Amino acid sequence: MAKEDIQAVMEVKDLSFTYPEAPGPTLKKNNLSIYKNKITALIGPSGCGKSTLLRAMNRIHDLYPGCQYGGKIELLNPKTGQMENLLDLKKENELIGLRQRVGMIFQKPTPFPMSIYDNVAYGLRLSGLKNKSELDGRVEKALKDAAIWKEAKERLKDSALGLSGGQQQRLCIARSVALKPEVLLFDEPTSALDPISTAAIEELITELKKDITVAIVTHNMQQASRLSDYTTFMYLGDIIEFDKTEKIFVNPSVKLTEEYITGRFG
Amino acid sequence: MRGNIFRNLSFLSATLSLFLLIGIFAVLFSYAQQSIHEFGFDFLMIEDWEPDEDDEGGIFGGYIPIIGTLLSTLIAMTIAIPLAMGIAIFLTEIAHDKIVKPFSIAIELLAAIPSIIYGMWGLFYFAPIVQSTVGGNGVGLLTAGIVLAIMVIPFMAAITRDSMNTTPDVLKESAYAMGATKFEVIKDVVMPYSKGGIIGSIILSLGRALGETMAVAFLIGSVMSIPKGITDPTTSIPVLLANNFAEAQDLEMSSMYYLALILFVVSFAIISLAKFYFLGRKK
Amino acid sequence: MNRLLLNKVVLVLSTLSALIGIGFLFWILITLTYKGVASIQLSTFTHDLVEGGIRNLLVGQFTMALLATFIAVPLGVLAGIYLREYGEASKMTSVIRSLSDVMTSAPSIVIGVFVFALMVEPFGTFNGWAGVVALAIMMVPIIIGTTDNMLALVPKELREAGIALGGSKKQVIMQIVLKAAKVGVTTGILLSFARIIGETAPLLFTSANNQFFSMDLTDQFPSLTVSIYNLATYPDEASRELAWAASFILTAIVLFINLVGRYVTRHKK
Repeated sequence: MAKEDIQAVMEVKDLSFTYPEAPGPTLKKNNLSIYKNKITALIGPSGCGKSTLLRAMNRIHDLYPGCQYGGKIELLNPKTGQMENLLDLKKENELIGLRQRVGMIFQKPTPFPMSIYDNVAYGLRLSGLKNKSELDGRVEKALKDAAIWKEAKERLKDSALGLSGGQQQRLCIARSVALKPEVLLFDEPTSALDPISTAAIEELITELKKDITVAIVTHNMQQASRLSDYTTFMYLGDIIEFDKTEKIFVNPSVKLTEEYITGRFG
Repeated sequence: MRGNIFRNLSFLSATLSLFLLIGIFAVLFSYAQQSIHEFGFDFLMIEDWEPDEDDEGGIFGGYIPIIGTLLSTLIAMTIAIPLAMGIAIFLTEIAHDKIVKPFSIAIELLAAIPSIIYGMWGLFYFAPIVQSTVGGNGVGLLTAGIVLAIMVIPFMAAITRDSMNTTPDVLKESAYAMGATKFEVIKDVVMPYSKGGIIGSIILSLGRALGETMAVAFLIGSVMSIPKGITDPTTSIPVLLANNFAEAQDLEMSSMYYLALILFVVSFAIISLAKFYFLGRKK
Repeated sequence: MNRLLLNKVVLVLSTLSALIGIGFLFWILITLTYKGVASIQLSTFTHDLVEGGIRNLLVGQFTMALLATFIAVPLGVLAGIYLREYGEASKMTSVIRSLSDVMTSAPSIVIGVFVFALMVEPFGTFNGWAGVVALAIMMVPIIIGTTDNMLALVPKELREAGIALGGSKKQVIMQIVLKAAKVGVTTGILLSFARIIGETAPLLFTSANNQFFSMDLTDQFPSLTVSIYNLATYPDEASRELAWAASFILTAIVLFINLVGRYVTRHKK
């Protein structure tokens, strides 16, 4: 039997998290592994902390001062092969560096008020890329990787706001992918989209995992079981069960997981 | 780090408002010292305004300009409140959608007309009408009060309208469902719901009316005397300042600063009351 | 029965109020246009006040308003950015926000007195710069308020997306958030410009007036609004006519800018 080459690119260790001014922690003590070139889904009822956990992975909580982290989130440094705790990062340029390696796609498509080209080039320009032909190449590749090149190539100078919802979301994916991140975090990426756009994006994510590691939060269980290799079930700030997706959905170890999967609560 | 410089620059700009406020108060207060020292709180009751010819002194009192300010504002509010409420009711509850837009634009234009234009029109067109209907000289307390009302109405109507529009439709619908008339719904549901905003708009308009200068300067008569009748000419704090500040010297000028200080503090207090207590803060 | 009657009465009175309001608007605009147009000749625009025209006054008023804008816009927009983007929930922020709001309704004559003490008395002469500063002081709180409110309308996801791509706070603010709020912020600036260009009280004893054409801001400076005030009080017919011409042109300018500002917002929405 061929053994899968599994390597963790991220390790969440005893992670706790409290929002500013909150009476108690939203995340209690979470342990999780994110495996390279796999899709890991985070599922659970509203308020279980799945988005909170995802957003800790690129330190985007830090936009709102006053939050408190406990524990560690380790990210693999591909050059040294060492795991480094990204919760240790303090300076703005360190956080910027982190976000160029760990990208995020949001629930609501967020095209910037600029042209399609400028949207995709945004992150690249921020990282210092100025050479026009190189930018052109990177933008084209990103749009192709996000399966939107055909629709966009005649309209690169047009405003991104003129695209449909599904197209805008693919644009956001192109934008993030352009930076060649190691990990892409998706926070309910299709909940604001129609079924056809949803299917297109799901197909896209499945393609992306060949080069990028994916973590996805979803409240749609069918989506999780369709897309992901690993699934994490969360409840009230704790990770209840984390295992391969087939196991979670067919034969979960914990009763609570089974109750959620079978729709006994939600 | 350029990011930090940017942040610090924005912070400095933000604190500018604070410094401005403190600065205005400090400057007015210090230049008013001579007069405050001379007259103290009696300043509020002294009816004279006589510079001495020989020395730099004289007797100066704020009673008349203060009374003029208060009375003209009172007249303005008495007229403005019912009209502004009526306009707000019209815009929110009576007018069809197609009419609301042009009407609202018209109200905004009325508010945008500069004060001095109200003065011009008031002096040459409105004052004679007041004179022929009610008597007097045309320029006086009444004319100033009425034109002041016209100036304040659009402002009050707009804020009242916005306040009334926040009433949830479901609330109104439940009242209609019980057979209430439109007026009853307005009286018993909309007004109580938007009470804070309405009172706030009135007080805010009051605060602005107190400081109104140019229109009143054209129309109030600019005479340092107590008005015995409603059409008599008198003066107000902003008008006195507008007309006499530049030529004043020494104690007279210090007394002007004293008046400016009083106007500033009172306006500030009233406007703050309106904004904080009644209108809440727009987040 | 009584209820229905009361209802009808109130509704009629309200409609009447609205008609009265509109009535005054038209009355003022019509008389202004009638008197104004009758008084305008070519010489009104080619001559300065000393020769019975308003050329220097128009130039002077615009110059001061534009200079005030150049001062007030960076200060106001930066302050608005601080309040909304950096200030967050700090106590200081809500205090400044409220103070600024109150200042937008402060009596303009008091600002004139303040600037007089600061910039006229020490130099011994009325000067255009004092007028500019007085106008700027009036503009800044307005711009702070509109910038603050327009930035608040930008959805937080847009900021998060910018940060998630590795943007620094300053980059996200300037390149994304401000851009997204561009229309609203510009409208706010335009409307505050329309407001101050019609102001008289803050100029009365700062820049005062000047009959001659002058671009010397260190001395008395020509002002359209102050001139109207002076001209209206002169007994002769020619002055009166000129005051009307000036009033008409001033109102046309102010209303035009207002309409442009509101049209732009409606369109871009």
